[in-house]
Amino acid sequence: MKKDLIQIQDLSTAEIDHLIDVANDIIARPQAYQERCLHKKLATLFYEPSTRTRLSFESAMWDLGGTVIGFSEASSSSAAKGESVADTARTVECFADIIAMRHPKEGAPFVASQAVNIPVINAGDGGHHHPTQTLTDLLTISRERGRLDNLVIGCCGDLKFGRTVHSLISAMSRYQNVRFVLISPPELRIPEPIRVEVLEKQGIPYQEVTSIEEAIADLDILYMTRVQRERFFNEADYIRLKDYYILTPDKLKVAKPDLSILHPLPRVNEISTEVDKDPRAAYFRQVKNGKFIRMALIMKLLEV
Amino acid sequence: MIIGSIHDGLVIDHIPAGKAMEIYDYLDLDQLDCQVAIIKNAESEKRGRKDILKINEIIDLDYDLLGYIDPHITVNVIRDGQRVKKFHPALPEKLVGVLKCKNPRCISSIEQELPQIFQLTDRDKGIYRCIYCDTKAEDKN
Repeated sequence: MKKDLIQIQDLSTAEIDHLIDVANDIIARPQAYQERCLHKKLATLFYEPSTRTRLSFESAMWDLGGTVIGFSEASSSSAAKGESVADTARTVECFADIIAMRHPKEGAPFVASQAVNIPVINAGDGGHHHPTQTLTDLLTISRERGRLDNLVIGCCGDLKFGRTVHSLISAMSRYQNVRFVLISPPELRIPEPIRVEVLEKQGIPYQEVTSIEEAIADLDILYMTRVQRERFFNEADYIRLKDYYILTPDKLKVAKPDLSILHPLPRVNEISTEVDKDPRAAYFRQVKNGKFIRMALIMKLLEV
Repeated sequence: MIIGSIHDGLVIDHIPAGKAMEIYDYLDLDQLDCQVAIIKNAESEKRGRKDILKINEIIDLDYDLLGYIDPHITVNVIRDGQRVKKFHPALPEKLVGVLKCKNPRCISSIEQELPQIFQLTDRDKGIYRCIYCDTKAEDKN
């Protein structure tokens, strides 16, 4: 039976750990993997703009010896003519072995996965799920900290619409002795399904605060997020909230010396560029890790 | 008010007052050729008031829907003038075509041909969520 990745819960903890092991092996021995997807084709169906995720998927497939087809905006696909997601997926299935789909509407990759017999990877569906970013985050935390358990993780910024945070919390909740500090303005608090059904149901300790300063000294990981203009229906709300948090070298003075700062990128103002020089800034290493974990995932779903 | 007794048929009892017409419409009871009685605001010892539907024929019903509207609803099956079965429909695992997702960001908001499907995610609290976007169904009251 074919396997899809629509949300991070589709993977068991053992599967996640195995993907991290494979990604680490790819980093150590890239030449051993350069023909693993020979004659295989990835279709990247991107209905909204993306730099990192689409290029990361495409680079991953090229580096495995496969090829790539697809589109990078809805206007250059038949969606512009009103074609449904299911019909587009069925059409693409005639040409490709695996699909990576990004769509602004929540649930679109799930609809595609139900329509076809090839694996579908959710490359981000609105403010809902982004499981390959989560795998990227887990690989990065694992490489930066040498473990995925016994960590205090601060998530800062737009926790309401920030899908990467939702998936990260779901994934990290599986590991022992993990505690979350949720830093957001009141309007952008973590949504109730995550707070109640993930954190409270599993008894994961967490606290909600509104300033970075009151939390930063305790953290092992600081996961910064952007306030996303495209998730707001009201421009005034976006303007009011976009610069709520700005991480600066000054704020980092009280942080642990081995803190790791992650960000799914793109960044706007929420991390000052002066922080980039700090060895604790891991966000560009995180981008690089994204390609390796996607390579591991593509191989797993194609069973090669 | 006197409604004639049923020889072979169904009596759906203990419907929350005011919900009988909703059930009548969802179950397409207007398509039946047999007699159907809708009793609204009947006296109820337990609830004060209740609705009742009497269907003068034994038909296949969507018990899932009844369970969703209220798991306290009672279905009585009548044969030869005797009640041969009485049960409460359970909360269904899935609701198809009953609720509509209100999330404007859900794929079902722009693709009208997608079936509206909600999954039971918490049986104790009776919480249903859209299978596409996980949005919680609004309280049915």
